[in-house]
Amino acid sequence: MTQAGAGRVAPAGVGARIASGPERIEMSGPALYAGLAEVSSFLYKQALTVLPPDVRSAIGRAQQNEPDEGARIRLRVMADAVETSDRTGLIVCQDTGIPVYFLGIGTEIPIDGARLQQALADGIEQATLRHSLRSSVVHPLTRHNPQTNTGRGVPIFHVEFVSGAPWLDLLLVPKGSGSENMSFLAMLTPAEGLAGVKRFVLDSVISAGAKPCPPTIVGVGLGGTADECVALAKRAIARPVGESHPEADIAELERLLCAALNATEIGPQGLGGATTAFAVHVEYAYTHISMNPVAVNIQCWRGERAKARVHADGMVEYGF
Amino acid sequence: MPTAWWNMASEGPASEGPASDGPASEGASIEAPVRRITGPLDSVTSSALRVGEVLRVDGVIWALRDATLIRIFDEGKAPPVDLTGAILLHSAPSIRKGEDGHYDPVSVGTTTSMRMDRFTRGCVEQLGARAIVGKGGLSRTSGESLQAAGAVYLSIVGGAASPETQQVDAIEETYFEDLLPECLWKLRVSNFGPLFVTMDSTGASAYEEVARRTEERRAKAEQILGI
Repeated sequence: MTQAGAGRVAPAGVGARIASGPERIEMSGPALYAGLAEVSSFLYKQALTVLPPDVRSAIGRAQQNEPDEGARIRLRVMADAVETSDRTGLIVCQDTGIPVYFLGIGTEIPIDGARLQQALADGIEQATLRHSLRSSVVHPLTRHNPQTNTGRGVPIFHVEFVSGAPWLDLLLVPKGSGSENMSFLAMLTPAEGLAGVKRFVLDSVISAGAKPCPPTIVGVGLGGTADECVALAKRAIARPVGESHPEADIAELERLLCAALNATEIGPQGLGGATTAFAVHVEYAYTHISMNPVAVNIQCWRGERAKARVHADGMVEYGF
Repeated sequence: MPTAWWNMASEGPASEGPASDGPASEGASIEAPVRRITGPLDSVTSSALRVGEVLRVDGVIWALRDATLIRIFDEGKAPPVDLTGAILLHSAPSIRKGEDGHYDPVSVGTTTSMRMDRFTRGCVEQLGARAIVGKGGLSRTSGESLQAAGAVYLSIVGGAASPETQQVDAIEETYFEDLLPECLWKLRVSNFGPLFVTMDSTGASAYEEVARRTEERRAKAEQILGI
């Protein structure tokens, strides 16, 4: 077993034994959707196996900044897990999650949305069978497990249309249950204001404690309706660590919240230490005059995600 | 800075007990001294473990979680094996079934223990388990059950399943296969860990200590937020 030196985690892809996804797919007929299924299959295994570069950097920084010996050991084990997966192709965590797709559909790419969603679901199933991934998806009442990591309503899709874009973006977040179970929504009053929002985020993270596998990425949704607010918080955890919101006042709120959460010293794995959150990301939408919704969605330390951009000519680019 | 509980606790009697081989050089990449224990555990060893110690396990560990425990305790179907002294692991592995019917591990990791909290007492009192390995900790009520039984809770680093999987040599036996993947799995392990003693037989809990300190630090967080 190799060990990372303190503060150093190998860059993504070094030594990774994972097969690559298709570099090009046919852009018409049934082959288009078969190609998209292959891309989806690759993204699922990739997200579970090769952690994003921003997460690796965050683990490294946390190791360097950590005065607590026990916390340093726990961060070292995380770095070791990242590198073990690079080397062996083993998935990092046993939790294969519930697949969540963020789709950016350019208006200049000819695509059938219904067939696209079916193809992406087929890809999740293919990866599950191909790589013997644990099926983590069940019927909510009967708990029936179809053993495919798919089912009615799964994958979850968040769809945006991108005006004038000649491409299709597929961002997959396989969301683990340990962190997803630590999700919170409050329909605050306007009189509770920003102070109420800040307090709710702090209280949520303190009550989650060790359970979401800190250090976490804390996603905060502000505004919208109840459903939109939670979706914004989910979108926030899918943003790369260290990428601040483009609006200065939101970015400042992110920075303040992150500093406050780390002041709690809940620490890596909730056993004390300097880093409780790698980052806080805030996304917002306008809301109603008599509403002040805030949602918290938490991503565990692995920050798993994988992305593909399919261009109109069929070329596929991969990233995180 | 936040070093107190860890340093204090590691001053305890770390190397006594019949199942211990003392600090091992294989854990040298991990900075703290590492104590080797063997599963199943004897009661002298389990009751001597103290919060703050870092462990590696050889021998047998039993993996189980929600559905298995519901089967055993809510449906009253005792497992057909003796679990006296067992080290239990809150886990449902990804597996691949070989042609001869045996299972190979694809990914063995550890899940959030609090979901299984109400089964702690049954695990230590009825099944005779002496250690529970999980992540995120157990409640004070469970801590009292562990204390009464001379048992411990051991924390693993959650989410770090790839090294954990490599420490599993074999899946030797499987019970309640209809609950796949939430069966009762007998795992043969080598150098499994590091595991951190976070709840011990004296009633000490690292999680309670962190929660107490977090409450103390809440004022600092509120000051940063200006609330």
